[in-house]
Amino acid sequence: MPTISLGLIDWLIVATYFGVVLGLGYYLKRFTRNEEDFFLAGRKNSSWVAGLAFLSANLGALELLGMTGNTFKYGMYVAHFYWVGAIPAMLFLGVYMMPFYYSSKIKSIPGYLKLRFDEKTRVLNGISFAVMTLLVSGINLYAMALVLHTFLGWDWNISMWASAITVAAYVTMSGLMSAIFTEIIQFFLIWFGLFLVSILGIIEIGSPAEIMNRIPATFATLWSTSGDPSLNGMMITWVGIVLGLGFVLSFGYWTTDFLVVQRAFSAKDLRSARNTPILASFFKMALPFIVIFAGLIALALSRDPNSGFKLVQEGGVTNYDSALPLLIVRYYPTGLIGLGVTALLAGFMAGQAGNISAFNTVWTYDIYKSVLNRNASDAHLLWMGRAATIVGIIISIGTAYWAKSFPSIMDYMQAIFSWVNAPLFATMLLGMFIWWITPNGAFWGLIGGMGTSIVLFFAVKYQWIENHIITLSSPASDMAANFWRAWWAWLVCFVLTILISLVTKRKPKEQLVGLVKGLTPEVHDGSIAFYKKPEFAAILSLVILVILNVLFW
Amino acid sequence: MSTPQATMKSIWFFVGLMLLIVGSLVCLAGIIDFVSPPERKTVLAGTHPAIWWSVLMIVSGGLFLFTHRNKRHDV
Repeated sequence: MPTISLGLIDWLIVATYFGVVLGLGYYLKRFTRNEEDFFLAGRKNSSWVAGLAFLSANLGALELLGMTGNTFKYGMYVAHFYWVGAIPAMLFLGVYMMPFYYSSKIKSIPGYLKLRFDEKTRVLNGISFAVMTLLVSGINLYAMALVLHTFLGWDWNISMWASAITVAAYVTMSGLMSAIFTEIIQFFLIWFGLFLVSILGIIEIGSPAEIMNRIPATFATLWSTSGDPSLNGMMITWVGIVLGLGFVLSFGYWTTDFLVVQRAFSAKDLRSARNTPILASFFKMALPFIVIFAGLIALALSRDPNSGFKLVQEGGVTNYDSALPLLIVRYYPTGLIGLGVTALLAGFMAGQAGNISAFNTVWTYDIYKSVLNRNASDAHLLWMGRAATIVGIIISIGTAYWAKSFPSIMDYMQAIFSWVNAPLFATMLLGMFIWWITPNGAFWGLIGGMGTSIVLFFAVKYQWIENHIITLSSPASDMAANFWRAWWAWLVCFVLTILISLVTKRKPKEQLVGLVKGLTPEVHDGSIAFYKKPEFAAILSLVILVILNVLFW
Repeated sequence: MSTPQATMKSIWFFVGLMLLIVGSLVCLAGIIDFVSPPERKTVLAGTHPAIWWSVLMIVSGGLFLFTHRNKRHDV
């Protein structure tokens, strides 16, 4: 495809974004006085601020491009990532898990593992999370440079270094607070920058119903073809969707990934922290109106020879990620092009900042202070957080160059998530709800789950076993194998943790007060009107989720 | 260094500022295209999306800016 050329006003919009985020970092530096300000944004955010940041930390440009492309490839089934594959987990976090996280005053997820289990489980999770975060950060950086080079013709090195240095500058100055501020700005830029694509697509084609009429019937449903994998675009059964995506991957990511949960820790009180993921769930449910609609519009247009719309082909292989950029070029004149490109840039950079701010916290508290310097002062930890930000960015850049010389690294992205998050969810679930789960049970269960995920990934990749052996159905797509691999990793961790806990030493109950349900006094918001309670908002969110699923059944 | 009295401006103020500036730039581009149509014709160019969409951005940005001009961050 010809590259998208920017006019003067487009460049001014891009420059405005860079100016605003750098200016914000500088402005917020004066309010970053101690380690709590730097790592937890002073714990003074409202649930709206924390909620939008919670959602935006997950809303990277790779996700926008990838999910739009996936919708073109798999159809409406991709909406499962936003609905059943996200909302129940977010609500579970807000209603059941957040009281244990927030009330124990931990600064990170590994910090909870230390309190609930022991130091070795904390360090194991801290190291695996830090490695995952830097790998994902570097691969994102590489992917950003690749997208900017492919669609805008920008120089690979300049776009990578410019964005990395900008992120390093504002996160070093004011830590999580600047990351949260830029994530919220990114949220608005993405809605204003990309929702118009769906609106203009609907205007061109006629109506949402007409879009559905123009795509294959198997691509236009959400559940009704999930009984037989050969009948739907994703080649998966409803069991795989519910167990793999809806339960393990979704709960593993939304309830234990410190990148997103850190935003809830920044809330000003427990009720705001509980409301954080619940509020975010409403906006999460709305995202398909950007990505899924755009993907379906691209699919409908590509099936009409008169539309002139065709995805980019590279060496005979379809580049599905080109769907969204091609729609932007199709509909956006000067000015809007600048806005659309800035929205994508903001998505990339906010994602980078989110990873780095989570990394600097886990490195500082769960590795450096926990293992290397137990007596570090608060001032020293603040300095270490800033140093970790710069070192983290440098390692990310190195990873990005490594990814450039080894492009198949992208294949490992999904594997990385199910390697860390899926088994950790089993550990957290058992640890929070069953008091007799032991430190050794948690540690070895986690090792077993992580090992299972890695072994299954390589077994499928190098064809030692076929996809359908993991998915228990045939045919099976790579996406289906991802879902099922996460399920097996979770199950192995779950079973191992229980079995080992039955024969190893338990922690005394008195040490688990505030960390385990049943041993912790329930907090009742008796004085608050029912409609202000997190549970009410959670039920409302669940009702909307059911309605959406029935509507697109 | 900050003084003890310094209070952090609300994030919504900065959101409003960003929307207002970017919306104004998009609007300017839309007006230029309206007065002097560009060579590159986009699909639905006749609906002038840059103009009506930027008006929405400017109004939203203005509302955020106005309602949060004196508010501190945690609200």
